[in-house]
Amino acid sequence: MDTLFLAEVTLAGLGAGALYALTGVAFVLIYKATRVVNLAIGEILMLGGYAFLGFAAGLGLSPWLALPLAIAAGGALGWLVERALIRPMLGESPISVFMVTIGLGSILAGVVQLGWGADPLRLPEFMPSTPVFIGEAYLAPKVAIGFVAAAVVIGLFLALFRFSRGGVALKATAADQGAAYSVGIDVPRVFSVAWILACATAAGAGVLIGAIGGISPTMGVFGLSVLVVVIIGGLDSIAGALVGGLLIGLVEALAGAFLGGEFKLVVTFALLLVLLMVRPYGLFGTHEIERL
Amino acid sequence: MRIGTLKTSYAADEALFDTPTQRLLLGLLALGAIAFPFVASPYWLFLACLCAINVASATGLNLLTGYTGLVSLGQAAFMSVGAYTVAVLEIRLGTPFFINLLVGAGLAAMIGILVGIPSLKVKGLYLAIATIAASVILHFLFAHWSLTGESRGLSMPPARLFGLTLDQPFSLYWLIMPVTCLMVLGAANLLRTRIGRAFIAIRDRDISAEVLGIPLLRYKLTSFAISSFYAGLAGGLWAYFFRVVTPESFPLVNSIFYLAAIIVGGMGTILGGILGAVFMTLVPELLKFVANWATPIYPDALAALAPVRTIVFGGLIVGFLIFEPRGLAEIWRRLRRFFHLWPFRT
Repeated sequence: MDTLFLAEVTLAGLGAGALYALTGVAFVLIYKATRVVNLAIGEILMLGGYAFLGFAAGLGLSPWLALPLAIAAGGALGWLVERALIRPMLGESPISVFMVTIGLGSILAGVVQLGWGADPLRLPEFMPSTPVFIGEAYLAPKVAIGFVAAAVVIGLFLALFRFSRGGVALKATAADQGAAYSVGIDVPRVFSVAWILACATAAGAGVLIGAIGGISPTMGVFGLSVLVVVIIGGLDSIAGALVGGLLIGLVEALAGAFLGGEFKLVVTFALLLVLLMVRPYGLFGTHEIERL
Repeated sequence: MRIGTLKTSYAADEALFDTPTQRLLLGLLALGAIAFPFVASPYWLFLACLCAINVASATGLNLLTGYTGLVSLGQAAFMSVGAYTVAVLEIRLGTPFFINLLVGAGLAAMIGILVGIPSLKVKGLYLAIATIAASVILHFLFAHWSLTGESRGLSMPPARLFGLTLDQPFSLYWLIMPVTCLMVLGAANLLRTRIGRAFIAIRDRDISAEVLGIPLLRYKLTSFAISSFYAGLAGGLWAYFFRVVTPESFPLVNSIFYLAAIIVGGMGTILGGILGAVFMTLVPELLKFVANWATPIYPDALAALAPVRTIVFGGLIVGFLIFEPRGLAEIWRRLRRFFHLWPFRT
């Protein structure tokens, strides 16, 4: 086998995996804080890409101004969704809440299609395009930038959770909502902040993904792969999202290169099924003990 | 106004339809269903058949999700198993359609059991994802297997009965409607048996159910089997109705459609499955009417139809879950209660 080809495929896979990991972290953030499984994450990501397009191409702003605006738009959407849709569902069964997010995803996909049409679009170029070589292996510059950006953001998140007051409050809420309330943590605010941060992150990831592969109303399918990532990693584990993201990125790239593009999804889902049988709560997820 | 229901025998108390009014209304409904094909236009017959197929599948999913509490996003995939089996049998062997339908449903039930095996270890979302995984794998299989026509799919001859060819909505109505009615009646009766009671116990608290002596694995798999049997049968009817089966006939969004139908209708009630499936089937058609009507005022109305349908679909799910979590069945119940005491209490 050609080692160079393998190295290039591996690098591309890890690059895609970093974006999976980034979106996975956004997903885990919401799940950890609010116990909500957000199936609309793919659509929020898509909306981030379209918001960027709207600001950069529609309003003619510089991409470097449009990027933070798109991220802010994602955050605003997160705040709105938490307030309008998720908070009324507090205390309802998890199935209902996760169906609400499916409905939300459908609404967002429809809105995007209504506003921008069903055809795929390209984002304006704003990243440098000098090819990157690691050793001899070629790596598309956008993928490399995506990888670095994802790594930086995830690093920031990890530092934030460990050292900031808000991060500790989030961890406390994740561990036990009642106890967090009783020590004076404003749990509803933690919910709000988690949704804002997660949706802003997803929107940012959407811009990166859109810059690499273009945007279309069917981009929400990306959310399906992210779902596989977080299930493999464990729903409530940030480390799991990282490992799962890189793993799925790698597996998809290898399956795409050696078996053909149509095998990507089926290989990851087969892997998921096998893993669920062996480790029902993912690689790093907490095994919840149920009591009567 | 109704003043009371007096029952003087156990048989009367156990009856599925326990009041004379209920029996009268159902009788009228049955007469209406029989008279319908003779008065309705082919378009409405087409819609009626589509509704009936969706009712059958949604009722199956309701048994699994609404009564046993296991979320499945694989209903469309189980339907595709039934549809492909029917198509392959019809093309290759040309066996009578009722045998094809039963074989398709049986095969779907077996696949359902296979998919349900993780349900003992995983619950909730993890299980939902496992069913998505199964549907992705099934889709891949159908799109790459020469027996199932790969990505081109299969086109099949119509069903035949005593030399009659069932290829028009009018004739298919007489196949689809009775089968759906039987399936719904079967589901309603199932819930009054030991198995149905076990399902409900598992939904309410699976650990308690196990402590009470209900073997979880057996009943969860039974639920998966029955639900996919329903899906397979509905898929078979679907195949006879459209006579073209492709890998894209049953996308993941259809599974979400059935889940949405039972949510909108009301999870855990037989009536809810029926109302939800009919409602969700008719809403896109209603939107089409609105778009046709709005075209003179707003010329792009037809182009905006697809995205608006997607938005309304999502909006219905979200709206019902937030404002009417028990669905259309609850609205219907409230209406009935209102008329029970009408006009003395409003």
